[in-house]
Amino acid sequence: APRADTEKTFSFPLDLVLRVHDERVVVAFGQRDGIRVGHAVLAINGAEVNGRFTADGKDVLEFLGNPANYPVSIRFGRHRLSSNEKLMLASMFHSLFAIGSQLSPEVGSSGIEMLETDTFKLHCFQTLTGIKFVVLADPRQAGIDSLLRKIYEIYSDFALKNPFYSLEMPIRCELFDQNLKLALEVAEKAGPFGPGS
Amino acid sequence: SRELFVLTYGALVAQLCKDYEKDEDVNICLDRMGYGIGIRLIDDFLARSAVKKCRSYSETADMIAQVAFKMYLGVTASVSCSSAAGNEFSLILDKNPLVDFVEELPAERASLCYCNLLCGVIRGALEMVHLAAEVTFLQDRLKGDAVTEIGITFLRKAEDRKHKRN
Repeated sequence: APRADTEKTFSFPLDLVLRVHDERVVVAFGQRDGIRVGHAVLAINGAEVNGRFTADGKDVLEFLGNPANYPVSIRFGRHRLSSNEKLMLASMFHSLFAIGSQLSPEVGSSGIEMLETDTFKLHCFQTLTGIKFVVLADPRQAGIDSLLRKIYEIYSDFALKNPFYSLEMPIRCELFDQNLKLALEVAEKAGPFGPGS
Repeated sequence: SRELFVLTYGALVAQLCKDYEKDEDVNICLDRMGYGIGIRLIDDFLARSAVKKCRSYSETADMIAQVAFKMYLGVTASVSCSSAAGNEFSLILDKNPLVDFVEELPAERASLCYCNLLCGVIRGALEMVHLAAEVTFLQDRLKGDAVTEIGITFLRKAEDRKHKRN
């Protein structure tokens, strides 16, 4: 499902408490109407912000502290991870995975296959060639095992067989994206009881 | 289409023969190309065949000869172990589609390993599942031998996966 962003119009003074965190402006207090603590300011008056600055270079907190700029429309939501952040998180998971295999009391552990929290489940499938496919899904979503194997097929078809794709680089292949999107849609429609439900 | 594939392979070898004077250079080139194919083809093989991890060199050799050859060339090879240490195997190819249209090697190309691409493919594929091996043609019908035989020598124990960059 698409991420839920919330866009609302506000009058001065703003009843949300905002602060800067990691070069972004986030909601510290005052959760209401779909705007959660931790959500970042994504856009002001329709223009996407650039970290803690507006599209035209003004400091967001300063801008929102000035009554002359009101009424103002602000879009809140979870910030999207940058490519670098994704790489960092993936590396951390890779290390955890290795530790997990070593901690196993039995020889030849498969490594972390699933990580469960109250809001999501992380599924991991490692191929015999050492590639890991990671899927984050709703805890109730079924059919992830077959989705992971389908993604392996899509990777081997549209990334590996593309002569212009270099191994271990980010995959920027149109066909890969298209087919992946299709596979995700099929898996999502399947619902909590697997395909065919 | 099988024919187009076989003809394309033939055209590739013919072009390499024009590009390189020495048979050995053509052989090396074919092996290198095969390697580039093998390191990618292995994931296609694993994704499609959904086979379990091989637990011994012998299982691995069988997998190549029976499953992989069947999947990609439409033929199977017979396997025999050729060393007491259990790390050398020989795959005998009864039918080889790549040479369907080739009778024999021209006199000036007597040392050419026409199908050397296959050796590179096997070597590359094995490397990606952490098995180092030497793969060469031990006998070749095109050179006048009785059979076509590929030799696979597994070099050292499978490396610990945790040290691999993947």
